[in-house]
Amino acid sequence: MPDEELVLREITGALEELGKGTVPVTMETSLLHDLSLDSVTALDFVMQLETRLDIIIPMDGMAEIETIGDLVGVLTRGTGKAD
Amino acid sequence: MLAKLRALRSELAMVSAAGRNPFGVTFDSILSATEAILDGKRVLLLGTNNYLGLTFDQDCIDSAVTATMAHGTGTTGSRIANGTYGGHAALEQRLARFLGRRHAMVFTTGYQANLGTLSALAGRGDHLLLDADSHASIYDGAKLGNAQVTRFRHNDPDDLRRRLRLLADQPGEKLIVLEGIYSMLGDTAPLREMVEVKREASAWLLVDEAHSLGVLGAHGRGLAEADGVEADVDFVVGTFSKSLGAIGGFCAFDLDDFGALRVAARAYMFTASLPPSIVASVIQAIEAMEAQPQLRDSLRRNGQHLHAGLAAAGFVLGAMPSPIVSLPMPDRETAIRFWNQLLDAGVYTNLALGPATPGGRPLLRMSVSAALTPEQIDTAIAVITRTGQLLGLATAGLAAAE
Ligand SMILES: Cc1ncc(COP(=O)(O)O)c(C=O)c1O
Repeated sequence: MPDEELVLREITGALEELGKGTVPVTMETSLLHDLSLDSVTALDFVMQLETRLDIIIPMDGMAEIETIGDLVGVLTRGTGKAD
Repeated sequence: MLAKLRALRSELAMVSAAGRNPFGVTFDSILSATEAILDGKRVLLLGTNNYLGLTFDQDCIDSAVTATMAHGTGTTGSRIANGTYGGHAALEQRLARFLGRRHAMVFTTGYQANLGTLSALAGRGDHLLLDADSHASIYDGAKLGNAQVTRFRHNDPDDLRRRLRLLADQPGEKLIVLEGIYSMLGDTAPLREMVEVKREASAWLLVDEAHSLGVLGAHGRGLAEADGVEADVDFVVGTFSKSLGAIGGFCAFDLDDFGALRVAARAYMFTASLPPSIVASVIQAIEAMEAQPQLRDSLRRNGQHLHAGLAAAGFVLGAMPSPIVSLPMPDRETAIRFWNQLLDAGVYTNLALGPATPGGRPLLRMSVSAALTPEQIDTAIAVITRTGQLLGLATAGLAAAE
């Protein structure tokens, strides 16, 4: 399982890749309202993070992701190498 | 509840503001596989999925009429509760023979075939691995079951391999789900490489050939036939609503044990079975598909013709030539305007807006039919190019015209 610091770093990196690096990101940042990631782009964003962190996240856990904090929570519980 | 629908309603109003409601087009009448009347005007149909043009095939129509006279208009119930008609069993045998499979199971729609098959095959503790661009019926089938669902990058065998490796220690079986031709862009799955991954992981493989049945392969059995990997595909899902010109879905397989799907797949058990007319026309359409391989050649030529014409006009195209030709649009407004103007000019296409499109990006989607003539396609290319130029989308065409 990846730790929170690593996860946050990768989230920032992935956002930069998406051209959304200018938005300051906190645990409360909303994927939809602050980052304009709708349900589909959010799913693709999670997929990108799964690749970066070499983990996988079951899809049924994704519906609950609204904020960066939720995302960090889900990603740190992901199945990965460090398990 | 209301708030959600109100939000959707205002979005729909926005989408419709530029002209028509793209999700509510109502044809006055359908003239043939390639033409219809809309608002009193003749339009060319370039968005039907009517790949082989069989909707007006005289033999299919005759069989449907004869079956209705002999067996009535409907079955009024499900196969499980209200009985199977001879036609259902005959269709399943005919389809299994066509596909070279031991068993075929017929559903009332292709949507239900995925819903029933996926939810019944992969249970609690099992894993479903879905391509990111999967059709809604695949996502919904996955939701209906209890398996853990993992999404992998579209058409990326390495990403699938990586995910299967991460899941390797977990108990439960793995079922990989792919499509022969992806409906939005018309791209095909890299099936041979996917099969390699499937073998390495000892997973099962299901291929939805909804858009590739009757389209790909020397006999029209789909991408698995074209790529020579049918033995590695455990389940073939498909629909009768596209190349076969009717409605209905199926799942075909070889292992006898899966026959128990008939008492496990809820979308098979708890819905009425196909009416005699449809069953008869589909059997006849399978005959036509087998007897007329030239339909497949015309279809391929037509897809190439449209693709080449639009590429020459400077359009950015979504994928390699196939019966589906999609133009990625820069934004929603342009997509809506383009679609409306094409319809005004007599060409009906499909407007595909997110979230049902790859990456949620808007698309102008077209599909060709074997029944289109080269002249009809030339007309379509001219209209699309002219309209696209006005919207700044067909750059080469503009240069050539100057
Ligand atoms: C890949 C795929 N699977 C299944 C379906 C559903 O088929 P049907 O229209 O027969 O319900 C479609 C088409 O709508 C499709 O594109």
